[in-house]
Amino acid sequence: MIAIVDYGVGNLRSVQKAFEKVGHEVIVTSSPQEVAAADGVLLPGVGAFGDAMFHLKQLGLLDSLKQSVKQGKPLLGICLGMQLLFSASEEHGHHIGLNLIAGNVKRFKGKFKIPQVGWNELVVKQPHPLLEGLNKNNYVYYVHSYVVDPADRSVIIASSDYYGEVPGVVAFKNVYGIQFHPEKSSSVGLRMLDNFGRMCKEGVRS
Amino acid sequence: MLTKRIIPCFDVKNGRVVKNVSFLTNERDAGDPVELAAYYEEAGADELVLLDITASVEGRSTMMDIVRRTTDQVFIPFTVGGGISAMEDIREILKAGADKVSINTAAVKNPKLISEGAKRFGQQCIVVAIDGRYDRSKGDWEVLINGGRTGTGMSVIEWAKKVASLGAGEILLTSFDQDGQKDGYDVTLTRLVSEAVSIPVIASGGAGKKEHFYEVFTEGKADAALAASIFHFKETSVGEVKSYLKKKGVAIR
Repeated sequence: MIAIVDYGVGNLRSVQKAFEKVGHEVIVTSSPQEVAAADGVLLPGVGAFGDAMFHLKQLGLLDSLKQSVKQGKPLLGICLGMQLLFSASEEHGHHIGLNLIAGNVKRFKGKFKIPQVGWNELVVKQPHPLLEGLNKNNYVYYVHSYVVDPADRSVIIASSDYYGEVPGVVAFKNVYGIQFHPEKSSSVGLRMLDNFGRMCKEGVRS
Repeated sequence: MLTKRIIPCFDVKNGRVVKNVSFLTNERDAGDPVELAAYYEEAGADELVLLDITASVEGRSTMMDIVRRTTDQVFIPFTVGGGISAMEDIREILKAGADKVSINTAAVKNPKLISEGAKRFGQQCIVVAIDGRYDRSKGDWEVLINGGRTGTGMSVIEWAKKVASLGAGEILLTSFDQDGQKDGYDVTLTRLVSEAVSIPVIASGGAGKKEHFYEVFTEGKADAALAASIFHFKETSVGEVKSYLKKKGVAIR
C-alpha cells in the first residue's frame, strides 16, 4: 500500500488513478498513522512551497514522513512535492523544507517563457530502479517555475534541458523526486509510477 | 529541449461530442468524449481541450462526470473550457480532475477571476482564451466575447499583456477571421502576442493542412497549436503532422 499524502491543496485524483491503472493499491490520506504504516509514501504537490510546509506541519505529518524515510521506506515527491524534499526554497521569501536532500529551490531566471509548460526530453544519466524500462528518448510533461539545485549534483539521475539543466529525477538513498508530472506523461510516466509501486512492494532498502 | 505541442479540441454538449467525428464510427463510439480522449492520447496528442457548450444545469453535471471519467483513463493533460464564470466553476472542474480551465468572456467581464484563480489554484491551471478579429480601420486586432458575437473595443495585444500580468498561465489565442477557413493560422497575430508576453501561447483557428502547423510554430512563434476538424475528419492525423514537423526540424515529442 502506497500512501498519497493529502495536505489540503490540489487535486490528487490524477495520481491516484495513475497508480490504479498500473495495478498498485493506494490510499489518499492526511493521517500521520496511515502515512507511517504504508509501504511507501507519495508526496504530491500543487500550490506554494510555504503553504505546503505549513499544512504538513499543521497536520502533524513532518515526523511521520521522516520516520518512514528512516525506516528505509521509499518516499517519492512529485513537482512541488520534490521541491519540498530539499533544504530551502526562495519561493515568496525563504522557506525551510524537509531537508531530506541537501540543496535549494530557485526560480527560473532569464528572458524565456516561465513557467516551463509542455513536453521535454528526459535524458537518463544513471541507471536506477525508478527509471527501469525507459528508452533513450523519453518525453515527459513539465509545468513549473522553480527548479531544484542539489548541493551534490550526482543525485540527479535524469534531466532535461530548458535554458540550462533542469533536474528531472533525483534520488538520494530511499528518497526520490520527480519534477515533471508522471501522472500526465502518458506511458513513460505510468512506467515510472509502476516502478515506484514495485519498489514499495519489494521494500527496496538502500 | 521543450517541444511544441499539438492539441486536439472537441466540443461537448450534454455529454456527447457535437461535431461529427467521422473516422471513429465503426470501431468506437465517436460521440463519447472519453473514448475520443483516449483515442487521441494513443494517437500522440500532447494535450486535449474539451469545450463544454452545454447550456443546462443537467448538462453541466454530465460534463463533470465526463471530466472524472477522462481523468480515470487519460494520462495526458487536459483543459476544460466553456461557461466558466466564477471561482466555484473553476474549483468544481479542477476537483473533477481537469488540469486546467480555460476562461474567455468571464475574464473580460471580471479580470479578478484570473488573479484570484491563479492565486488560489496556481498560475499553471488558468488558461485565458482570447478571440481576436482584425479591424482594418485600426490596423489592429479587437477582442471579441460571447463566442465572437460581441466586440469589446480592446486590443488583443494589450489584453494579452494584461492577462499575463494578472497571473494567467497560458493564452489560448483564436483568430476569428481564420477559424473554420482552413487556410492557416493567423501567423502575424500569433507572433505579436507571443512576443508581447512571457507565458506560452496556444494558436487556434485555421488549421487546414500540416504545413500550417509549421508556419505557426516557426514564423508565428506559437508554443502549441490547437485544431479540431482537421483531426476529427481525418484530413490528417496527429502522427502525420508530428512526423512532418520532425522532418522539418521542429522540436516535437
